[in-house]
Amino acid sequence: MKKTRAETDFSHRRISRRAALLGGAQLLFIGGLAARMRFLQVDQADQFRLLAEENRINVRLIPPSRGEVFDRNGTRLAQNAPSYRIVIVREDAGDTDEVLHRLSQIIPLAPEDIERTKDELKRSPSFLPVTIAEDVRWEDISRVSVNAPALPGVTPEVGLSRVYPQGSDFAHVLGYVGPVSDYDLEKIADPEPVLRIPRFQIGKVGVETKLEPVLRGKAGAKRVEVNAAGRVMRELDRREGTPGSDIQLTIDAKLQGYVQARLDQESASAVVIDCEHGDVLACASAPTFDPNLFVRGISVKDYSSLTGNKYRPLASKTVQGLYPPGSTFKMVTAMAALEAGLIGPDETVYCPGHLTVSGRRFHCWKRAGHGWVDLQTSLKRSCDVYYYDLAIKVGIEKISDMARRFGLGIKHDVPMSAVAQGLAPNMEWKQQTYGQSWRVGDTVNVSIGQGFMLASPMQLAVMSARIATGRAVEPRLIKSVDGVEQPSRGGESLGMNENNLRKMRRAMNAVVNDRRGTAYGSRIIEDAMRMAGKTGTSQVRNITAAERRAGVIRNEDLPWERRDHALFVNFAPIEAPKYAVAVVVEHGGGGSKAAAPIARDITLQALYGGQPPLEAYPAKDRERIEEQQEKLRGMEPQASFVGRDQA
Amino acid sequence: MSYLEYAVKSAPTGFRKIFHLNWPVALLLASVSGAGFLMLYSVAGGSFSPWAEPQMKRFAMGFALMIGVAMVPIWFWRSLAGVGYLLTVALLVAVELFGTVGMGAQRWIDLGFMRLQPSELMKITLVMFLAAYYDWLPAKRTSHPFWVLIPVIAIIIPTLLVLRQPDLGTSILLLAAGGGLMFLAGVHWAYFAAVLASVIGLVTTVFQSRGTEWQLIKDYQFRRIDTFLDPSTDPLGAGYHITQSKIALGSGGWTGRGFMQGTQSRLNFLPEKHTDFIFTTLAEEFGFLGGISLLGLYALIIVFCIWSALTNKDRFSSLLILGIALNFFLFFAVNMSMVMGLAPVVGVPLPMVSYGGSAMLVLMLAFGLMQSAHVHRLR
Repeated sequence: MKKTRAETDFSHRRISRRAALLGGAQLLFIGGLAARMRFLQVDQADQFRLLAEENRINVRLIPPSRGEVFDRNGTRLAQNAPSYRIVIVREDAGDTDEVLHRLSQIIPLAPEDIERTKDELKRSPSFLPVTIAEDVRWEDISRVSVNAPALPGVTPEVGLSRVYPQGSDFAHVLGYVGPVSDYDLEKIADPEPVLRIPRFQIGKVGVETKLEPVLRGKAGAKRVEVNAAGRVMRELDRREGTPGSDIQLTIDAKLQGYVQARLDQESASAVVIDCEHGDVLACASAPTFDPNLFVRGISVKDYSSLTGNKYRPLASKTVQGLYPPGSTFKMVTAMAALEAGLIGPDETVYCPGHLTVSGRRFHCWKRAGHGWVDLQTSLKRSCDVYYYDLAIKVGIEKISDMARRFGLGIKHDVPMSAVAQGLAPNMEWKQQTYGQSWRVGDTVNVSIGQGFMLASPMQLAVMSARIATGRAVEPRLIKSVDGVEQPSRGGESLGMNENNLRKMRRAMNAVVNDRRGTAYGSRIIEDAMRMAGKTGTSQVRNITAAERRAGVIRNEDLPWERRDHALFVNFAPIEAPKYAVAVVVEHGGGGSKAAAPIARDITLQALYGGQPPLEAYPAKDRERIEEQQEKLRGMEPQASFVGRDQA
Repeated sequence: MSYLEYAVKSAPTGFRKIFHLNWPVALLLASVSGAGFLMLYSVAGGSFSPWAEPQMKRFAMGFALMIGVAMVPIWFWRSLAGVGYLLTVALLVAVELFGTVGMGAQRWIDLGFMRLQPSELMKITLVMFLAAYYDWLPAKRTSHPFWVLIPVIAIIIPTLLVLRQPDLGTSILLLAAGGGLMFLAGVHWAYFAAVLASVIGLVTTVFQSRGTEWQLIKDYQFRRIDTFLDPSTDPLGAGYHITQSKIALGSGGWTGRGFMQGTQSRLNFLPEKHTDFIFTTLAEEFGFLGGISLLGLYALIIVFCIWSALTNKDRFSSLLILGIALNFFLFFAVNMSMVMGLAPVVGVPLPMVSYGGSAMLVLMLAFGLMQSAHVHRLR
């Protein structure tokens, strides 16, 4: 196709026109870009520069050091000790397999630790340190330091870790800490950022968890420059946090140590309360365990040996364990009757060995019966029929009410884990729980601390202290926080007739110090320190009629789980009560035989503030006691340790 | 029209052609590339590897290619327009069938020594083909519906093929460049008005298709549009690119933080800092003055190209140069709009500056054609 000159010119003009138009549009757009650039870079520069700083600067938390825990005399119960760990950084190490191999020849390393390290090294960014071993002994750390040139990328690191120098003595009271778990985080509605620090330790059980907010402190922070991958380039500045507050417990570590040792491997618990302030001086549950195991992460083997033990070492029996109080409850029944004015001055009841209530026969523990008994005799010899009779006259409501006034069936505010409320049953409770109406037989059972009645050793100690003082003693576990004395609660009068209380104390005195008392064998000879108390033997099974006919099987012949619980409550000295004690030996048999001697030993230990002289014991026991004291002296509290023994 | 119509005698011959190159454009290209080397050196933390050195080698290759192409008379290239177009379309089909999948899209054919991205080549061959078409078509018929339909089909076929890869950015550039060339050739206003109206219709349809079975574009493309419209909704996810890019840009201020002092790119807050988002590094380190200077260089390239086209009496040459300039413009305009938060992130590199071989070689080839048209112009 031949083009004419005119056509060429025409199209050229048209192209030029449109080119100019489009070119103009392009330049206009470029102008727009320039304006936008000016807007971003000049007008909004300050704002974006700020955002850039935020990008670049990362705030890292500095974990606060946890508050320490002391006993009432300043003995350290929980402290923060440096713990050494060995870490490896992949990008510095180069050939990590070779470096790990060399390291394993220098210090002992578990094969599974090496495997885990290799695994983690594969998964994490090359600049992040991976922990090879934790709680490494100091000697091993120094060996690593000496061999540093042969171990590129391997460095020892030091951190703070919780250590319990008293070991197992405070396992149940203090509890233990452990690294924050996902499960912990789920439970907290709005977790503090500090909890996200890997391996940050928080209280898991006991005082450690109940006083977590006090002990934890406030995290500090440091500002670091990071790149987009989160790698720290340098530190810019730092602000130290506030360390957690130190805590002082009311417990006396020496006494606690003694009590724990005295209970030994029995499945038992004991509580010592100061009658005046309610200070908990000892609170021991046996058998116990080493809380330090949990801090480091307990091995499956150790853990299953703890959970598999039928004596339940992990249970905090002093506050968590609930037992039928047995005859130790008789003071409550008696006080309910005395306060109701139902016991005349010389009133006696005949005990034929049983009492028939609405067609059912309730037995006294002594099948032959006690004959005519008054209040003091009934308590001294622990006659059951006397209290059946009393309870039927008083009625369950008054008994249940009296139980609560003495601190049973009430959840005391003690900062320990799983504090149980116990149960002081009444008619309304049974109606609500079982949908059944209360029966007289239930009252009869409760009158001697059986049936529905349940109490913890802590509650029994409180009861004992309240009888001793007539005041509403409340247990106090925390003596001071950061040096500030914590107020003791309660202490106001129970509002009971002092004469009645005195009768009660006299009766309890007779239990221990009367030749025919059930706890006469566990009396204290030293006059100024004599104690009053009450034994209890609570059944964990029903004795069937068939069994009764065949002759009741002796307790020792039963399997352990079905034997009676042995209980004892006491206070001393009688004239000016200072300490109240409760001891429960699970399935220990009779209270007078299994629990009372322990309570007596503990009481003496508390009164003398150390080992009592043999003269305080009855003459015929002295030889045996001396032997026992010798043995206990050998059981010094476990020494604290730093580092895992890997040899 | 045969080559005889060209005033052969007035055109320079032999190596004298070198002196008749459009040197301003060549030097401007070299300086833009120079800025690119500087930035690649900087984002690598003050190192020629891994980006700056290969980029320099490729620029040298590209520059030689440009001069080589410029030495060959333009009428030879014009005669290749049709074949080149068909060949590239065939390559696009081949990518569809045998291409390497990279970054979630089929874009390359691995030739062994280099990865060929036919969609890049398509931008040039499409412009060549359209320029040749309108050179051949009598001016009177330009706006005739039938003669309009042919170039429209020629544009639509490669656009759809590229869209299938999927590469939204390049397909939009193809569409815009093709449409721009038709506009330059003098197609009647009414067509463009109609197209504009239907594009608006199409966009609405695309958004209507969201979440239905016949969804026309991929989810991630929808998300990119969403986050473009409101980047703050997803500052660490899809909006991360735009937000971070604006932060880096804005923190540059008037004069910038200084060469190699940009914190945002150095600390890796910027993604694709050496490719699509390289402009942010430049703007952060050299500030508004640095950014505006680069923009100025680009503008000058456009101006010199348009001037060259206006002074060229040959219709093919004019349209070709204008088309190449338009392509180049679209390239950097889309990239900069994206980086400055004016357009969604579509994955278009900054021409001559971003790290990347195929794009640079194709651009240098295009400027080779432009130079050839300039050297062998009707005088």
